[in-house]
Amino acid sequence: MAKELLEIEDLKTYFYTWAGVVKAVDGVSLTVKEGETLGLVGESGSGKSVTALSILQIVPRPGKILGGKILYNGENLLEKDENEMLKIRGKEIGYIFQDPATSLNPVFTIASQLVEVIRRHQNVTKEEALAKAVELFKLVEIPDPEVKIWNYPHQLSGGMKQRMAIARALSCQPNLLLADEPTTALDVTIQAQILDLLKNLKQKLGMAMILITHDMGVVAGVADRITVLYAGRVCESASTRDIFYNPLHPYTRALLEAVPSLALKRDKLRVIPGAIPNLIEPPTGCRFHPRCEYAKGGVCTLEVPSLEELEPNHYVACARARELDKRSPLRNER
Amino acid sequence: MMSTTPVLEVRNLVKHFPITSRGVLFSKEVGVVHAVDGVSFSVNKGETFGLVGESGCGKTTTARSIMYLDAPTSGEILFEGTEISSVFKSKDKEAILHLRQKIQYVFQNPYASLDPRMTVADIIMEPLVIHGHIPKDKWHDRLYELLQLVGLEEYHAERYPHEFSGGQRQRICIARALAVEPDLLIADEPVASLDVSVRAQILNLMRELQQKFKITYLYISHDLSTVRHICHRVAVMYLGKFVEIAETDDLFERPLHPYTQALLSSIPIPDPDAKTKRIMLPGEVPSPINPPLGCRFEPRCIFNKNHVCVHDAPGLVDVGGGHFVACGGLPRR
Repeated sequence: MAKELLEIEDLKTYFYTWAGVVKAVDGVSLTVKEGETLGLVGESGSGKSVTALSILQIVPRPGKILGGKILYNGENLLEKDENEMLKIRGKEIGYIFQDPATSLNPVFTIASQLVEVIRRHQNVTKEEALAKAVELFKLVEIPDPEVKIWNYPHQLSGGMKQRMAIARALSCQPNLLLADEPTTALDVTIQAQILDLLKNLKQKLGMAMILITHDMGVVAGVADRITVLYAGRVCESASTRDIFYNPLHPYTRALLEAVPSLALKRDKLRVIPGAIPNLIEPPTGCRFHPRCEYAKGGVCTLEVPSLEELEPNHYVACARARELDKRSPLRNER
Repeated sequence: MMSTTPVLEVRNLVKHFPITSRGVLFSKEVGVVHAVDGVSFSVNKGETFGLVGESGCGKTTTARSIMYLDAPTSGEILFEGTEISSVFKSKDKEAILHLRQKIQYVFQNPYASLDPRMTVADIIMEPLVIHGHIPKDKWHDRLYELLQLVGLEEYHAERYPHEFSGGQRQRICIARALAVEPDLLIADEPVASLDVSVRAQILNLMRELQQKFKITYLYISHDLSTVRHICHRVAVMYLGKFVEIAETDDLFERPLHPYTQALLSSIPIPDPDAKTKRIMLPGEVPSPINPPLGCRFEPRCIFNKNHVCVHDAPGLVDVGGGHFVACGGLPRR
């Protein structure tokens, strides 16, 4: 059994805005084992990015981490000061942002942006760092690395920029890679290339990865385990197969049914009524209850469901999960 | 059964954007972006025609040319038998207004396409004011009818766009487009900016409205799974040209063009056990400023290419059953 690399317990990150306190992440717990890929799935506003930003403590103002623990190799990152965090960011934990067009500095060449990261964490000369950068470019399969490295970001296409961002995140061989919607800004054929690259690199380098996405299709092919978030809380956490074939939380099931399937032409899509709740005044009790077809007054509207292990390694936060019909929407189709 | 009178017919549509560089006295043209390069198709009444392709392939430019938001460089666009460019060039205000009434547009981003300073009532009634096709005392009735139609409540009328979620905003956009009873609705990525759980609501709404009013849709998207769900026929576009047109089921079950095959195979399927042979396309889409001489897909094509592919642009060939493919290597396979 691989040991836990990252353990998040009851993380709370709130944003103090003029309109009120936005409870973006409100008691999220998750674990990532060494060498494992965790898919963090949720819609916009579910708190997936804020969770990732909290791990590195780069939550933008007016956000604040209020409580919880983030254990990385057994050490609580939330107790570390800024200087210690600087040694972790980029070296121990790499980060790939969603939009490569805005996460790269437009006024520096790619070479200088890579060399900066490498020299910050490793004691090497400029020339050695440059040689390493070229190696990294070969690793992420960029053609003519010796030439391309002297380009500015605007001279590269979206897919190439994302490869460059991956190269930068991998430059110090992190143990954990946080990939925040790495393919959302890209076209499907390029998305396939990047996902394949990430999968291969993960195997080659043996690192763990948290893949953040809203696309169930993306995680199905890449992740070992999946944690589903809704409105700042964890709904369900299980192996990828369990999430798809044996989803126990009503939200997970609804999400699977609402996605138009390529394989099957359905007359009408299952609809999740309503919209994502406002996180300044989130619904009481289970946050999904206003949109849930199984919600029951009292149990669901008042009590916050805790994350329970209903089946081995299958955690669900739903008061009624035990009573519900357990068929997977995917199984029904076949 | 659908009738087969074409509502919209596009013949050899070309749209080029000049690239100019400022000289001493005059600016001079230094190049041309070949956004759309000879596209032909027709859309039947009551049908949903899908336009699919990756970013920069010319889907939106095609739609904007049909609306005459960008005047086409050449080619003919016939709407219910009338040539659109000639109407717009004639400056005949009444005829132009009539066309604008019959063709409506739903934009991709409902956050940018609604005026933040207008209430929902003003937004939805503005087309009624402009077109004046129903008497003034009926406007409010029509407003409430439209709100109900798209699944909003009467009290929403006095609110402003910022008070709504993305899905509700897109409902407002649809209500605004439907206000003047159009025959053709161009929907440019209407669900791309919405959350997954809300997309289904809008797609279902579009289908219901089509069944009720027999509207014809031109549905533009890069997301093949929504296309499969909503379209009757689909055209796949690559770098300004159509590579394949077919009935939706036919296209998804029997894709013939190598680009369509690659596109279909690269969609991630939400099923961990799904076994797909992913066709990896090498490289990236070439620049539309200097498109390849022959087949536009030739530099990335993984099939046996012959000299024809390099030099000759293949035209769309009927392979039976309303399935058209533009591939030079096709007869050899």
